Amino acid sequence: MKRVAVCAVAQHKCDSNIWHKRFQGMLLDVLEDIQKQTGMHFSEEGGVRSIVSASDDVFDARTISDNGITDVIGAHYREEEKMAQESLNALGYAMSIILSGHEDVVYVAGHCKESQGESRNVCTNLSYDPFYGRAMGLDYTNVAALQARAYMEKSGLTEEQMAKVVVRARQWAEKNPYANATEQVELGDVMYSPMLCDPIRTMHAYPVSDGAVVMLLASEERAHEFTDNPVWLTGFGSCMDSYFLGDRDLASNFALKQAAERAYKMAGVKDARKEIDLVEVMDCYAYQQPMWLEGLGFCGDGEGAKFIDEEGPAKYNVNLSGGMLAGNPIMTSGLYRMAEAVLQLKGDAGERQAADVNRAIAQSTTGGAGQFHTVVVLEK
Amino acid sequence: MAKKNRNVGIVGIGQTEYSSHKEHQNQAEMVNEAVRYALEDANITLDDIDCVLHGNMELFEMVFQPDMWHSLGSGAYGKDQFRITTGGTTGASLVCAADNLVASGMYDVVMAIGMEKLQEGHTTGGITNMADPLWFRHLQTGALTATTATMMMDEFGEERAKKAAMKYRILMDKHACLNPRAHRRFGLEYEQADDLMNTSPQLVGELRLIHMCSQSDGACVMIFASEKKAKKMCKTPVWIRDHITVHREETFNNFGIEMPEMTHHYAARKLFERNGIKDPVEYFDVFEMYDPSAWWGLDWAREFLLLKDDEHIKLLEDGEFDLDGKLPINPSGGVTASNPIGATAMLRPAEAAMQLRGDAGPQQIKKKVKHALASGFGGTLWSVLMMLEKDLDWQEVENG
Repeated sequence: MKRVAVCAVAQHKCDSNIWHKRFQGMLLDVLEDIQKQTGMHFSEEGGVRSIVSASDDVFDARTISDNGITDVIGAHYREEEKMAQESLNALGYAMSIILSGHEDVVYVAGHCKESQGESRNVCTNLSYDPFYGRAMGLDYTNVAALQARAYMEKSGLTEEQMAKVVVRARQWAEKNPYANATEQVELGDVMYSPMLCDPIRTMHAYPVSDGAVVMLLASEERAHEFTDNPVWLTGFGSCMDSYFLGDRDLASNFALKQAAERAYKMAGVKDARKEIDLVEVMDCYAYQQPMWLEGLGFCGDGEGAKFIDEEGPAKYNVNLSGGMLAGNPIMTSGLYRMAEAVLQLKGDAGERQAADVNRAIAQSTTGGAGQFHTVVVLEK
Repeated sequence: MAKKNRNVGIVGIGQTEYSSHKEHQNQAEMVNEAVRYALEDANITLDDIDCVLHGNMELFEMVFQPDMWHSLGSGAYGKDQFRITTGGTTGASLVCAADNLVASGMYDVVMAIGMEKLQEGHTTGGITNMADPLWFRHLQTGALTATTATMMMDEFGEERAKKAAMKYRILMDKHACLNPRAHRRFGLEYEQADDLMNTSPQLVGELRLIHMCSQSDGACVMIFASEKKAKKMCKTPVWIRDHITVHREETFNNFGIEMPEMTHHYAARKLFERNGIKDPVEYFDVFEMYDPSAWWGLDWAREFLLLKDDEHIKLLEDGEFDLDGKLPINPSGGVTASNPIGATAMLRPAEAAMQLRGDAGPQQIKKKVKHALASGFGGTLWSVLMMLEKDLDWQEVENG
């Protein structure tokens, strides 16, 4: 199989209310950043001719919201498709554009401004069917709370362990110039932070965030035009779980296990624990970090809580970016996860740089209580 | 375009009927109906599908990430899934994406679903909401515009232009009347043209109600497979030869000395050049075009087919776009007949593929159909154009 290179990434610093910039302005800033890094351009000959954007019409409050960004993602008279899903899927699709032979350079651009809406829960409530779920008031937060309770029951995850996850996330976030929540906290601050949606406390939840991330992908033949130090995209997998919560075992990680298995298979990874050096997971809520790590195969079924006490996250370099808990917007988190993994593999992660990183994975999720998962494998 | 990694065949097509109301089904059930037809058509089960593609516009029905809910009927459970939306072009974008995903080798069999249930939302409100909230929203009137009508009347004279647009509209209705799934089937006759030109309510200028596309409910599903699998699964796979997508910035910049090139023209120019098509009217046997109004349909025939001056009007006047003409346009009845927006642009390649297979039903073109063209339209005058072939016998063009 041909290989696909990630040549460069550019991230916008996340913040809880970037009121002074529209999403167009945020995308322009990261475009200029990546152009400086790579010299990429949009000329007819040798330039980018294919763009995959990732955003959501409801969060953007615009129908076909990618028509508002055509100019700042270089899509004027070019091919552009919008991944109206979690942004990591844009990577999978961009990968296929190159592997198919259709194009050999693809620009990926994701953005989301959670601050634009009155409440992000109002947006995610619209994900539920108008007959039962919506009227009952389901949204991604309270559905996650149901999952949190189920997982605590299964793994014995405690308040203290969840607090530990948050404290560690903030410690790493402080070193990440793109993270949102960098204020340092102690276990007690987290354990006694106000209850948001039992058992999820305010500090267990990622802060409302605005952000934008872009990446440049190229075929193996053309990657050298843009970088001396490419990172290879070698595995991709995703999976959908059932919609009705009652149809699922909420603590089972069904979709994540399948997604991981597919991505590992494509990349030839046989044992994640031995072959993966760095992990970025989309932990919207503290309980999700151990749960997703379980799904990805870094500890046994139901052992996620123990894994926290055994310092598993430190051992596998989990979320050195600070993770989702440090604040990324929901639709764009996957690209932030991936951006950190790419920087680490390139050796460009600054203060956060881990030693000897050869293979990394990025994971993202969407839908209520992890209905859908995506996993990407990256290599040096 | 570089040489494709591997060829991709269309092996299954399923459509619901299109109508203004589908009270008996919710969205997931409507999707399920089309999925069942497509699986039946391909003679496979859900187990054979590796990946599902989904597309529709969130703000038409006000459902956030509707693919989550629709998974109840889409069969995406346990499978890889992508969701791609590009406004009106969504359905065509899904077909391009399916082609890329299968050609890449990442998936062998991909099922693409385009759907819309416009009855459950406010379509014109939804479309108006695409305009920039600061600069354009107070100007936009959904998809209603008479700019093209005015320009055509300026260029060809009021009478000829109006007559031509109405002839195009009635021709589309005649085709729609053959299509058992079409939403609007009025039974219009050419003798009514003068009457309709004066009595159909004006929406904007000379864009009248009769010229405009419908708001429909419905879903379309297509199944794609790699060459090897397609040949095994299907007696008459239809091959995707090439596709091009052209977007442009959102401002409708019609000012200045020169009109910008239409994305339709740009797409056709590039696609035909790299595939060595010198005379599209001669080469293609059917053209399924996304024609949101009769005025746009006629005008865009000129752009897509790279025609000059009044060649497109002459072709229409001479009956060459009829079912037994040189290049039949929209045997399905097109978008003025049926318009479930997220599915509309998928209906074009779906109907074109059925013509190539020879099982399009009452709207089947009588002469042999070997080469088909299908287009999608969306966003701020965006175009998708794709070429479908009956046989895998085309010549690759050097440096195409």
